[in-house]
Amino acid sequence: MFWNVTLKLLEGFSQTLIIFGITLVFSLILGLPIAFGSMSRFKPLRWLSRTFVWAIRGTPLMLQVIIVFYGPALIWDGISPLSRMTAVLVAFIINYSAYFSEIYRGGIEGIPKGQYEAAQTLGMTKSQIFFKVVLLQVIKRIVPPMSNEILTLVKDTSLARIVAVKEIIWMGQEFIASRALLWPLFYTGVFYLVFCGILTLVFAKIEEKLDYFKV
Amino acid sequence: MDMADIKTPILEVNNLSKRFGKVEVFKDISFAMEKGAVMALIGSSGSGKTTLLRCLNFLETPDHGRISVHGNCLFDADDHSTHQEKDIRHKRLHFGLVFQSFNLFPQYSALRNVTLATELLAKEQPGYRTGKGQMIKDIRERAEHLLEQVGLSDKLNNYPHQLSGGQQQRVAIARALAVNPDILCFDEPTSALDPELTGEVLKVIQSLADLNTTMLIVTHEMSFARDVADTVAFMDSGSIVEQGPPSQVISNPKEARTRQFLERYLGNS
Repeated sequence: MFWNVTLKLLEGFSQTLIIFGITLVFSLILGLPIAFGSMSRFKPLRWLSRTFVWAIRGTPLMLQVIIVFYGPALIWDGISPLSRMTAVLVAFIINYSAYFSEIYRGGIEGIPKGQYEAAQTLGMTKSQIFFKVVLLQVIKRIVPPMSNEILTLVKDTSLARIVAVKEIIWMGQEFIASRALLWPLFYTGVFYLVFCGILTLVFAKIEEKLDYFKV
Repeated sequence: MDMADIKTPILEVNNLSKRFGKVEVFKDISFAMEKGAVMALIGSSGSGKTTLLRCLNFLETPDHGRISVHGNCLFDADDHSTHQEKDIRHKRLHFGLVFQSFNLFPQYSALRNVTLATELLAKEQPGYRTGKGQMIKDIRERAEHLLEQVGLSDKLNNYPHQLSGGQQQRVAIARALAVNPDILCFDEPTSALDPELTGEVLKVIQSLADLNTTMLIVTHEMSFARDVADTVAFMDSGSIVEQGPPSQVISNPKEARTRQFLERYLGNS
């Protein structure tokens, strides 16, 4: 029995990992242009970015998942709905890129002006300043808040259940309905714990790697 | 007089003005420096000294006036062709700037702080691809030499946080020298240092003066200004009030405002 439950939960956990992995990769990338938008000197763009971030951070991710999945069919008659998984991924990527963009912005804005000015007086170009001077300092600054947010993402994947994506919580719950077993649902916690434990070790390693300098 | 007798000044500043909104930071500043000259800019906080240095380094854009180096006009407020962003980067290289707060790059060793900009500039040279190895080697040797010159040959591989303030500032001086500026500017180089660390930095600046480095130094260290500078300029509310050799400006000021400032300053210290 235990073995069967474990296999079923692993099946669910693979869905969890897919949501986690794809969301992480795309929102890490998408967060950057949004961060630059929020810092832009061009007011309409800054306004647009900040409004987007406000709307996304100001509403529950669960609601966003529901809107992405059911919304399009409500607005346009006859449009074929996104698959459940796609809808979840779209909502998650939008949501997490907004959060990541704020972390990036905080990291970039926290770099003292003197770093840019020193690099400028040495004749560096804007991109040289960003890549050779600023970037590593930003990374060092954002590792702790990023770790936090990424751990939250691991657990947020359970929200995919709301549109019936068969991630691990869904699988655990199924045992209640089909076999009147509650413990498989509790058991899902172990999967989260182990995975978050591994991530915590990875983040600690990264922090340690960047420990050779101080910002 | 024979034309050859007239030395072209290395730096000429004409009628330079800068305002931030309604605040006039300085107005109608003109002065010239010859190669190898050391000029000290003194004056109370808010008199516009730092902004003047920042304008020379193109970190601020003056509203009026001209800046020329070796007789070439680098900046003319009335001539927009001199304001091109892509040219400004190269124009900055005529000036070096040592900041009050050092601004070393924390993720790089002392040596790498000194070599970084020069290596990036070398990449723009036409012969970089073929001569890369030799170029990098030369840059490194020169950086080691510069760090030795500021007394840090044993700290090449230390990171900024492992150095004292005085050592960091000396690395910053070596870094500024690495790109061979015509004029090296200092913005209160010892103001952020503990009193016992100012000496080592001032000594380095003195040694650069002995090597005929052209320097423009904003400082509150009056005795240092007197010893190191050929010319002292006293700035007050955005103008150069008095300018001349230290024996005059610091020891026998003509202007009442200069006297007042010095009395207050020397009285306090």
